[in-house]
Amino acid sequence: MRGSAETDAVLRLRPGAEAALLLRVAGVMVRFGGVQALAGVSFDVARGQICGLIGPNGSGKTTLFNCISGIYRYGAGKILFADQDLAAVSRARLAGLGIGRTFQNVALFRSMTVRENILVGAHHLGRSGFLANALALPSVAREAQAAAARLDDLLDRLDLAAVADIAVARLPFGTQKRVELARALIGAPKLLLLDEPAGGLNHDEVAALADLLQDIRERFALTILLVEHHMNLVMRVSDKVVALEFGGKIADGTPDEVRREPRVIRAYLGDGADASAA
Amino acid sequence: MNAARRPIFLAVLLLVLAAALAFLLSDYRLFQMTMVVAYAIAILGLDMLTGYTGQISLGHGAFYAVGAYTAAILMANFDVPYWATLPIAALICAGFGFAFGFPALRLGGLYLALATFALAIAVPQLLKYKAFEAWTGGVQGIVISKPDPPFGLKLSQDQWLYLFTLAVAAVLFLLARNLLRGRIGLAMRAVRDHALAAEAMGIDIALLKTRTFALSAMYTGIAGALGAIAVQFVAPDSFAVFFSITLFVGLVVGGITSLLGAVFGAIFIVFIPNIADKISKAAPGAIYGVILIAFLYLLPMGFAGLLRRAARLDACAAPPTKTLAPPPGKMAEEIRIRNG
Ligand SMILES: Nc1ncnc2c1ncn2[C@@H]1O[C@H](COP(=O)(O)OP(=O)(O)OP(=O)(O)O)[C@@H](O)[C@H]1O
Ligand SMILES: [Mg+2]
Repeated sequence: MRGSAETDAVLRLRPGAEAALLLRVAGVMVRFGGVQALAGVSFDVARGQICGLIGPNGSGKTTLFNCISGIYRYGAGKILFADQDLAAVSRARLAGLGIGRTFQNVALFRSMTVRENILVGAHHLGRSGFLANALALPSVAREAQAAAARLDDLLDRLDLAAVADIAVARLPFGTQKRVELARALIGAPKLLLLDEPAGGLNHDEVAALADLLQDIRERFALTILLVEHHMNLVMRVSDKVVALEFGGKIADGTPDEVRREPRVIRAYLGDGADASAA
Repeated sequence: MNAARRPIFLAVLLLVLAAALAFLLSDYRLFQMTMVVAYAIAILGLDMLTGYTGQISLGHGAFYAVGAYTAAILMANFDVPYWATLPIAALICAGFGFAFGFPALRLGGLYLALATFALAIAVPQLLKYKAFEAWTGGVQGIVISKPDPPFGLKLSQDQWLYLFTLAVAAVLFLLARNLLRGRIGLAMRAVRDHALAAEAMGIDIALLKTRTFALSAMYTGIAGALGAIAVQFVAPDSFAVFFSITLFVGLVVGGITSLLGAVFGAIFIVFIPNIADKISKAAPGAIYGVILIAFLYLLPMGFAGLLRRAARLDACAAPPTKTLAPPPGKMAEEIRIRNG
């Protein structure tokens, strides 16, 4: 099992992959007052890869996500997505470009059901405006049907069908995380940013999540940037791993290379057993 | 009955019953009911902005006033037929809402509430302004005449106006229902619940809010035009700040994000002041306050909340359908743990 995952990883890292570059982070710097949250981080993610992003608490992982999704401005550096400079793209247009994301602390629409939450994720796929909707034109029904079909598929795939009509606020954290994943997936992203998807999951659920991530990567032709503290999960599913510490990159390579990197072992000293056991 | 059909059936039934009132009530009561219908449209407009999109407006009376004056000026000075004033009032108020909403919505939250409040304070003063007096009639306002029923229908003016207003409301409510249950309505609620996440889903917040503001002002403006035609009179002091707050009260008592809630809120703001007045001539305001607090206490989510709770009980009593059946396996376990 591990063996095959590793050969996979090596295949995906072959020089040919360079041509299929999807995301390039180049020298991104972010400072909050006295805190250098990102100190010039650079790395590439190729199309179809799962790239793990690890690092101790406060190392800048979420900050990097927020830069990619336009929430934070970065003082220096560049982020290119499919050769397009994201600094010039407004936040609301990122979903349309093909960037989907989930949030570390879950950012669901609390008053809505699971079904409604996921449907909002399909918003940017629709074109119908106020007037068309008010008049219930046929195009609106067609859009709604297309979204409903995608929704049903995701409800099944993510084991959410049974709770589809329950208000999200009443669901446990782990389930809410799956709703967020479904909400991101229904928008057909090319790049999916997952911020700690395993938060709140038990051991078995984490294992199931690993399978799920690999499954959706194939099924939806995704590239995934995955922030996780569960080393087992990251090392198992990632094709490449980037490690941050104090806002700087301390390692970048295959899971095996990163795991053996002394600076990573040092950064995870308290977690050392975990990092080497994976 | 088919669960999807039921709301439609209920809506039609309600409409038929409401229309039947035209032949059961006295002319004065019909006038009151006409005001209920007009206020229901105004509150629905406010609900789109405040209930659905989460942008508090304490100044919707201003849009109502603009709609009312548009109808009155067109009828009194330009001999425009009463029904033709509605689309014109709609356009003017939508434009006004868009122009005001564009900068104001950048404020958001409590600042937006204050900006709209400022609007509510300013508009009645502007209506009294000397330069506009030739049109607005200044402090005196404008008197207009009540329309006669068309096609030689054997209806009283009040009966006709009630039925006309009801028909306009039915169309506006239908359009609102279509809009609010679809992707735009979902987007509005998404912006209210979590603006940042809504943006990450590709919703252009500024655009959505501004358009919603225009639509909301348009509904409230049409209501103003209908109200002016029914009252046969507009004057600046009818649209003072207190009126804006009254619309807000109607929204909250009726319950946000609910079409029926808007109707109930309108019933409340039309009839409760009368009832308070009957109970105590000396202190109707105090009685009104007590009734209001009692309602908020008894119906914490407004009238709409009560309806939703009833619907939920109803659903539980019905034989379980596929979606309502207890979820199997792990998921059921999770829910049980969560709900204790
Ligand atoms: N909005 C903000 N304002 C001020 N400081 C911030 C802000 N966001 C992040 N920081 C700081 O930037 C640093 C990086 O935070 P970030 O959330 O990116 O870490 P992280 O790697 O995601 O950590 P964790 O694993 O705990 O989620 C921290 O020191 C944090 O306190
Ligand atoms: Mg984080």
